[in-house]
Amino acid sequence: MTPFTILTAVAVPLLRPNIDTDAIIPSREMTSVSKKGLADGLFAGWRYTAVGGRVPNPDFVLNDPVYRGAAILLAGENFGCGSSREHAAWALAEYGFRAILAPSFNPIFRGNCVRNGIVPVELPTDAITWIASTAAQAPRTRLVTVDLRHQMVTAPDGGTHSFSIEPEAREMLLHGLDAIDLTLLRRAEIQAKRQADRERRPWVYL
Amino acid sequence: MRTIFEKIWAEHQVADLGGGTELLLVDRVLLHERTGGVALESLAAAGRKVMAPGQVFATMDHVVDTLPGRGDRTIMPTGTAFITATRAAARAAGITLFDLGDPRQGIVHVISPEQGIVLPGLTLVCPDSHTCSQGALGALAWGIGSTEAEHALATGTLRVRRPRTMRVTVNGRLAQGVTSKDLALHILARHGAGGARGHVVEYAGEAVRALSVEGRLTLCNLATEFAAFTAIIAPDDVVFDYLQGRPYAPKGARWDQAVAAWRQMYSDDGAVFDRTITLDAGAVAPMITWGNSPQHAVPLDQPVPAFQDVADHNTREAYDRALSYMAVTPGAPLVGLPIDAAFIGSCTNSRLEDLRRAAALLRGRKVAAGVRAICVPGSSRVKAEAEAEGLDRVFLDAGFEWREAGCSMCFFAGGESFGHRQRVVTSTNRNFESRQGPETRSHLASPETVAASAVAGRLADPRLLEV
Ligand code: SF4
Repeated sequence: MTPFTILTAVAVPLLRPNIDTDAIIPSREMTSVSKKGLADGLFAGWRYTAVGGRVPNPDFVLNDPVYRGAAILLAGENFGCGSSREHAAWALAEYGFRAILAPSFNPIFRGNCVRNGIVPVELPTDAITWIASTAAQAPRTRLVTVDLRHQMVTAPDGGTHSFSIEPEAREMLLHGLDAIDLTLLRRAEIQAKRQADRERRPWVYL
Repeated sequence: MRTIFEKIWAEHQVADLGGGTELLLVDRVLLHERTGGVALESLAAAGRKVMAPGQVFATMDHVVDTLPGRGDRTIMPTGTAFITATRAAARAAGITLFDLGDPRQGIVHVISPEQGIVLPGLTLVCPDSHTCSQGALGALAWGIGSTEAEHALATGTLRVRRPRTMRVTVNGRLAQGVTSKDLALHILARHGAGGARGHVVEYAGEAVRALSVEGRLTLCNLATEFAAFTAIIAPDDVVFDYLQGRPYAPKGARWDQAVAAWRQMYSDDGAVFDRTITLDAGAVAPMITWGNSPQHAVPLDQPVPAFQDVADHNTREAYDRALSYMAVTPGAPLVGLPIDAAFIGSCTNSRLEDLRRAAALLRGRKVAAGVRAICVPGSSRVKAEAEAEGLDRVFLDAGFEWREAGCSMCFFAGGESFGHRQRVVTSTNRNFESRQGPETRSHLASPETVAASAVAGRLADPRLLEV
């Protein structure tokens, strides 16, 4: 996983609330037993003119040339609700998104973001609306900065918005760490706990 | 004084990782071919092993189709690759697989209780958001992503942020003809689809205790639609009776030992919850959804609500969008809207009790002309039991399709869907845009309401049909 420290990038607004993982990547786009090759299917239902097609829908914001190369997504509340498919995070990451700013996230989706190097930034709705409106004047030059080390977003007008993120997620993102490696450092502790549990709750072990 | 959640959590705690995150023992991992195959393959590719293969189970439900005579070939494009990859990875990892043709195969959340895989007091995870269903048995069961599943498989643990606690107490009794599906939709309509965010919800109270295990599974199933971390119900004799003798449930002296421990699994009097909600079961009516979020639900005999009546949990934009997507009008009744299709199935409502209740309404009746009606049992075992009682004949005689077990058209599973903009009344859990087909208009309801509507050819109130 690529470590994330600070990112300054084009931010694309998709501010409607309750964008679910079916919308982020429709089932029909999840055609391989792999975490790769999903970027084309990102927001497919909105992004293309026809189901299963690849003709860009000119009305969808991601297809607007001014947002080419956007790495920050500005979203509405409850982003990533619905199915727990991690494909949503894989597709967003492969498309190039490294940070998502939303008033709230679905918890499973949020965890999937962290495990795939995307920073989930929770900010109040008015802060996000403000960032979106100041960026919209000239998206290619009015960039947004996400500084994970200082837990701070800088809007194009220079205004700063601090955000909180749990230390564990922050560490993993900052260092690009794999959670399994981290956990296996505690192998002895885990085994001791299992052993004691096996004696207390033998019926659990098949 | 502790809540049931706190008791289970403490029992599984390995280490405090700081910042509210803890390392927890995971007792069971369930997988299905759509997200589980990826986890197994990716784990193997990283050179890692499944730590306790005996505690890991996989099934085929999402990609396989549900047509009679099905096999590895499925309508879903590239679906066969998911099926064969999952089978190969499951074999290589030495885990138990309920493959196609196995009488134990079925939707993961239906077969886990059925086989006694989920037990009270366990921690159980599955890369699927409706894993919360299994809290109905008194387990701490929650949905995770595929990468987290790899973590659980490789280490037998998960790094979990501790959720807050919330108790929803339902006093009194549900009226005749009101189901736990209606109760779940009622709660969603009242408290919003984000109402339980960050919380583990304990369902309690007389109305909840009066539910069968199947009814409890339906109630807990919709906890993910409530944005909950998961749901749980304190296990009682209803649960113990249900589990006794199930294939993976403990036997003999182990059983007695287990039940003694399970009897301690309840929230102590005076245990403190971060939030509590109390509601009156008598106020719950049969429900139907009118929009594209499960919170867009109203009593069946009510019209599509005006914006001011739902403004609590909706923005004007989302409300307007839902109206136009669903082609419904504020103030106009829902009952009477002509439907194209009716679907009974999914991990929400496809167990034997659900099928029996729908069949009771369908016996001696016919599905209206022009309506496509489909019944998909939740598991091969449910299907066999239903057939042993002749329920398949009731569905078939009424004009329903009778399918093999799986997720089916809950979401395009098996590559099938309903047609463009078709109006579908469905016993499933998600009425999202295009969930069941291109721009399909899904109305969530109980199996009874689906059956009554199939017969009427329009959204209909099952209480007006005589059994
Ligand atoms: S039945 Fe539907 S909701 Fe349930 S596990 Fe299958 S796809 Fe998911």
